[in-house]
Amino acid sequence: MSSSRPLRNMPVLITILVAFMLMIMPLPDAVASFRPDWLALVLIFWAMSVPRSYSVGVAWLLGIVLDVAQGTMLGQHALALCVIVYITIKFHLLMRVFPLSQLTATVFALLALYQFLLFWINGVAGVSAPAVDYWGPVVTGTFIWPIVSIFLSGMRYRVQMGR
Amino acid sequence: MVSSQSNRNPARIPALGFRALALVVLSILLMWLDHRENHLDAVRRAIGAAVYPIQIIVDAPARLWGWTREVTTSKNDLQLENSRLRTEALITRGRTQELAALKAENDRLRAMLDAREQVRGEVRVAEIMAVDANPYRHNIVLGVGSSDGVYDGQAIVDASGVVGQVIETGFTTSQAILISDPDHTLPVVVNRNGLRTVVFGTGQYNRLDLPFLANNADIQPGDLLVTSGLGGTFPSGYPVAVVETVTRIPQEPFADVTAVPAAALDQVREVMLIYTSNREDGAADE
Repeated sequence: MSSSRPLRNMPVLITILVAFMLMIMPLPDAVASFRPDWLALVLIFWAMSVPRSYSVGVAWLLGIVLDVAQGTMLGQHALALCVIVYITIKFHLLMRVFPLSQLTATVFALLALYQFLLFWINGVAGVSAPAVDYWGPVVTGTFIWPIVSIFLSGMRYRVQMGR
Repeated sequence: MVSSQSNRNPARIPALGFRALALVVLSILLMWLDHRENHLDAVRRAIGAAVYPIQIIVDAPARLWGWTREVTTSKNDLQLENSRLRTEALITRGRTQELAALKAENDRLRAMLDAREQVRGEVRVAEIMAVDANPYRHNIVLGVGSSDGVYDGQAIVDASGVVGQVIETGFTTSQAILISDPDHTLPVVVNRNGLRTVVFGTGQYNRLDLPFLANNADIQPGDLLVTSGLGGTFPSGYPVAVVETVTRIPQEPFADVTAVPAAALDQVREVMLIYTSNREDGAADE
């Protein structure tokens, strides 16, 4: 069982890696402020589906790496990801039975909280950024959630069945 | 499946709330250290090095796209771009040179403005167009003439002292003689004690002679000679030269005195023409 574990985790790790790459991929300035929070979306999904394996610790570590890659304060994304993953795990049983529309609304709230945390940390630290940089990703992330969700659901069954 | 679902109860995830809280506190600590103290540069570099391969992969499409566009650019486009860049480079280089010249000119003009404070009466800045310099003739051609109101015998100074005077006025240009010309003489006074004498040109830019000073004349190296205004050509009070050597020869009636011109006669590019009120007298002097 334990020997097959890495293999079973492969799809999850690959999706996380892809999300991370999408986060740091260079985009034209006009589009960059509407880049969805891929990593947050993917982490919400996996925290909801396999909360024991992908918990706050993983989210925190990925957040630190994202902080380094994006040049933000060390711990900023880590804190925000940690908080939304914690909330997701707290309500993961509820979220699993939500219809897609309701789940999307929940994800909207989580993404808004995520961006608010980043915004708030920046405010405390005295780093300023235009407001659209914070709220653009919330909107695009919410719109893209159904697609991400359906795409990842295919893998979820494989991951959960192996358990 | 259902039983395994119930096993994965959120309450059964060990110490989730505690772990989350600990990580949040750790994040805040990290942010404080990072933002306030910049202590974590080493950590940042280490993680950055680990992420670097991913960044290369992520940048690859953009770089590939740029490379493809470069490779597929037609030769014609390249030639056009090349010629355009060449032109731009040329223009830029020219501008840079212009800038250096402008800066030097600006400095000189500023120095002149300082000097102008001392000048009483109207002045006009003129550019030296040509220099005719051999040991017997120190003449310059100025870019202004009678159309600009220049007249024969007009005094010429620069930022630091007297340069010469106009000897021949054309319509748009005029010829002037420098004070270092062997044929030029200039009445001066020693600024220190008012001793009057005459300064002769020598044919060297950096040397003037004062041949008519008695052996017992009160003059010493370092004395400043200024125009006396007695000749009528030059207004009084302009610095002319600084005494360099005073050699007193007992059997001769006059001491051998040399001076260095205050103006850099071989370096000036712009000069000032002074309009004096008694211009008829000045013109007659030459």
